[in-house]
Formats: sequence, structure tokens, C-alpha cells
Amino acid sequence: MSLNKIKFDKKIVLSFWIILIALIIAAPTLLPVFRLNLLGRYLSLSIVALGVDLIWGYTGLLSLGQGIFFALGGYCAAMYLQITSSSEFPNNIPEFFALYGVEKLPFFWEPFRSPIFTFFAIWIIPALVSGLIGFLVFRNRIKGVYFSILTQASLLVFFNFFNGQQKLINGTNGLKTDVTQLFGKMVGSESMQRMFFWVTAILVIAAWFFAKWVVKGRFGNILIGIRDDEPRVRFTGYNPVIFKTIIFSIAGGLAGISGALYTVQSGIVSPQFMTVPFSIEMVIWVAVGGRGTLLGAILGAVFINYAKSLVSEALPASWMFIQGGLFILVVTALPEGVLGWIQGDGPRNLLQRFGLKRKIETYPSLEVNNKEGNNE
Amino acid sequence: MNNKDLLNLIDITVSFEGFLALNKLNLNLKKGELRAVIGPNGAGKTTFLDVITGKVKPTKGEVIFKGKSLVGRKEHKIARLGVGRKFQSPRIFENLTVKENLEISVTTPKSPLNLINKSIKDEQVNEIKRLMKIVNLAQKVDSKAGSLSHGQKQWLEIAMLVGQKPDLMLVDEPVAGLTDEETDLTADLLKSLSGENTVVVIDHDMEFIRRLDSNVSVLNQGTVLCEGTMETIQKDKKVIDVYLGRPED
Repeated sequence: MSLNKIKFDKKIVLSFWIILIALIIAAPTLLPVFRLNLLGRYLSLSIVALGVDLIWGYTGLLSLGQGIFFALGGYCAAMYLQITSSSEFPNNIPEFFALYGVEKLPFFWEPFRSPIFTFFAIWIIPALVSGLIGFLVFRNRIKGVYFSILTQASLLVFFNFFNGQQKLINGTNGLKTDVTQLFGKMVGSESMQRMFFWVTAILVIAAWFFAKWVVKGRFGNILIGIRDDEPRVRFTGYNPVIFKTIIFSIAGGLAGISGALYTVQSGIVSPQFMTVPFSIEMVIWVAVGGRGTLLGAILGAVFINYAKSLVSEALPASWMFIQGGLFILVVTALPEGVLGWIQGDGPRNLLQRFGLKRKIETYPSLEVNNKEGNNE
Repeated sequence: MNNKDLLNLIDITVSFEGFLALNKLNLNLKKGELRAVIGPNGAGKTTFLDVITGKVKPTKGEVIFKGKSLVGRKEHKIARLGVGRKFQSPRIFENLTVKENLEISVTTPKSPLNLINKSIKDEQVNEIKRLMKIVNLAQKVDSKAGSLSHGQKQWLEIAMLVGQKPDLMLVDEPVAGLTDEETDLTADLLKSLSGENTVVVIDHDMEFIRRLDSNVSVLNQGTVLCEGTMETIQKDKKVIDVYLGRPED
């Protein structure tokens, strides 16, 4: 019985992978470039959702400030693209500086001339910032709702700061990337957008495997231990501060990658990435998809965002109601999220309710006992 | 203070906003000793464990363990020095399996780097097998700890405590909610652990304490009222007054 189940699961996993890879290969030819671009954007959002799942689903840290790290990654990418495409502008610096009378490039832009520096900065800078914020917060044993409030407050600090810095990063207008050049091609062009879709698809899968590797085994078990009973972890001799800082930093790094991919596909990065609702939406994707499942975070991010764009095209202004309803549904009826519900006893219970499947008549453990009896 | 002592509590006072949970408590433990600590509700039994494990910082006084002061050290550092604790209600990781729970306790060193890029050592795997046999959980290896019965949870937590290989084991009410048979088995288990380990057992259950056949410290109002064998303390007038109650004859 259990053996059949394992085989069945393997078949599901295999067919899932075949379908997924087929879709990724087919998407660029099947979808019009507008839709493909949207899908690419939503896929890149699933990377930040993976990070939210690591810190919230596994470690129990509900961060409402992931937008900070998402935006930092986006800014790193946009600064590189702007600076390397600025040769035709006055003083060889990005065009917007002229609006504010800035003639000399601010010092922190200089390293972004280097593609190698930028490649690392996109994920290391958000990871360092989140690690630092995390360490200070965790060291003082701030947790639960206080942690959530603190992350949201940090988000607002960053939002207001970025909004006000016209002379440094074009303030509230943000940095445009679609008219910049990368490898001699315009970033907003169709061929580049197709390439970004591929890069995103590959990175989503890589990020998924990375996250699975992180939570697999004893490291992941300690994260779950911290979520369920942090003092117990402490009395067993582990220092939760270090574990929480590491995982928060990893989530920050993932958010940075996600933000960079989102920026190049949406054509602009601006402080709007650091608004309060956007960071809360990231949590909703994970809650709806299924906390602590990783795959649920990816599916939640992609499907909710795709639904958002489809609904908004058909019935403008109704999306907020649908999203709110979805969240209420998940909180009240599916606390484990959709994927958690499917993986648990959800479907069987539903079939039983409609009389389509027989109820289990005895305790499941009796089956084990019978089996032992047969063996003897 | 004596060189053979593993733990010395010297004039420990813990004040919670004026309320003295512990009041000039003195207690010494020899290596390999099994010691029972009893006392009425509010006598400060759990605070006494909190002070040793670093959860509560004493207002005054000194805790010396293996010649080192524990006051002001973080909980996880104290645990690594060799102080293990079992909580009053079983505190195990319910969403992890029995095996995963034990892995967490036997793993050394307890650093993130070791956990993420090295697989568990063979001797630790063997230790887990041994522990599961001792506490009769070998058949439940891959069951979620949350699905265990209350008694099995208590035992899993004791196994986790042993797996930590502490020099000092602090066991808070290990038999609360256990059947008589389970209580007897637990008493035997704790007795077999002493000798090699130093064990402090806190409990209300007089039958259980009697079975441990150890020295007993009686706490009352945050201080040690009396120490000695079960027989001595049962005859002590002060103890009778505050805790045991007078015989009915």
C-alpha cells in the first residue's frame, strides 16, 4: 500500500517536471511577447516568495519588509544599466542627473560600471542589509508581531529615504531600464525580453532547488524547531540568533535577485517597490500557495499575479475584492494554503463529505499493527 | 565548596519586582549524584532550574558549574557547557519525527555550518538507535513526534536530554501524567543514568521520589528547608509542617 503510494508520487513528480519544462520551452513561442513578459515578471516574483516561505513558513518570521531587499536588487541592476548606457548624455552620466544640476557622478555609482561587481551586488547587498537588520533585531530577542511591525517600519524608512533622493537616484521617479543597452541590445526589445524570460525560468528552478537544499536535513529541522519552540532550541545548545540571521539574509538575497529580474522586465525600478501593500502581497502569495511547501510559494506568486492581470483587464477595480476574499478564504478554510491542503487530507475529506469516498473506519495505526501480525 | 562538587549554588536570591522567588538558596551537588528536589507549589522549584540554565538571572548570588560561573551566560552556552534540561510539560518538536528530534539533540558541534554541509556522523546515528531502544520508541522512528502519546513524549524528551550528553541533567516533573507502570520505568531509567551523570529530579509525586532512593532537598519559600534521605526528611518536623502534612493518627 505504502509502496504503491511512493511510486504514484514519483510519477506525479516526473510528469510535473515534464510539463513544467515543456511549458518553459514552449512559452516563448506560444505566448505573445506581452504575455510572455508578464509571465516572466511573475516568475521573478516567485523568487522573493520563496524567500518569504523560508523565513515565514519554515522559521516563523513574518517579515513585512521584503520590499526593501527586492528594491535594493532592482536598484543595483538599474544603476548598472543606466551608467553603462550614458555615453551620449552630458558629462557621461545618466540623463536624469541633468534635471537636478548634478554634474559629477555620486561616488556609490562608480562600482556599478563593472558588470562583475553588479552581478554580485544584486544579491550580496540585499543579503548584507537584511543580515544586519536581522542580527540587530534577533539579538535583542524581538519576535512575533513586534518583528513584523519593525520590518514594516524599516520598509517605510527606506521608502521615504529613496523617495527623497532626487540628486542621487532620481527619487520618486525611479530609474528606467527599458531604453538602456545591455550587450549592445536595448533592454526593452523583444529579443532581450525573451532572453530575460529564459534567465528567470532557470533562476526560479535554481532558487527552488537551493531553498530545498537549505531546508532539507538538520539545518531545516532547526529552522522548524525555532518556529515551533525557540527556547527549547536554545536549551539544546543552539544559538537561534545565528540561524535566524542566516535564513533572513538568504531571503534578502533571493529578494534582491527577484527585484533585479523584475526590474529589467518591467522597465523601471522606483520606490514603489517599497510600498507597504506590495510587501504584504508577497506574504499573501505564500499564504495562499501554502506555507512551508516552497512549491506553494512559487505557484502562489505566479497564479495570483496572473489572475490579477487577467481580472484587472476584464473587470477593472475588482481585483482588490477578489484578493481580499482569497486571503479570507485561506485564513478561514485553508490555513495550510492550497498546496498544504492538497498534500494533507484535504481532498479526501472533501470527497468523504460528498459521499464519494468511504471514510476510514478505524485508526490508521491499526493497519500497521495488522501488518506486523501478518509478518509474525 | 568542594572539588568533587559539580554544581554549587551560593546564596542565590531571585527577586521578581520585590517578590522573592528564591531567597538565599544554597545547594551543592556531587558528581554522579542523583538528587530529588521537592516542595509545595510556589516554593521556587522551577525558578531554581531557570537560574541554573540561564533563563533567569539571579538578583544576587553565584552559580558555579565545573568551576565556572554560569551567571550572565546565554542559555545555549550553558547548554554547551553540559547542562541539559527537561521541561515540565513535554517540549519536543511536534512537527519533526522522533528521529529528527533526536538528531537535533545528539548533533555536535551545534553550528549552522556543520548542520548544512555535513551529514550526520555514524556514531551519532548509532547513539540515536541506542536511545530509541532505551525509551521504547524504535518502532516510531519516522512518526511525527506530535502523534506520540503523552508518556512517549515524556520519554522522547528524556532521550533527547540524554542524547545531549550533559554532565548535569535537570529533570522537571518527568512523571506528570504517566501511568503507574510508566512511572516505575522512568524511575529506573533515571536511576540508571545517575552514577555516570549527575541528575536533579523535581517532582511532587512522593511514591516516585521514594523509588528514586536518593538524597532529597526540600524547598520552601525559595530556600532549602532540609536535606537528607527520604526517611530523614519524612521525620523532620519543619518538612511535615509545610509539605507532607501530619500523619492522621
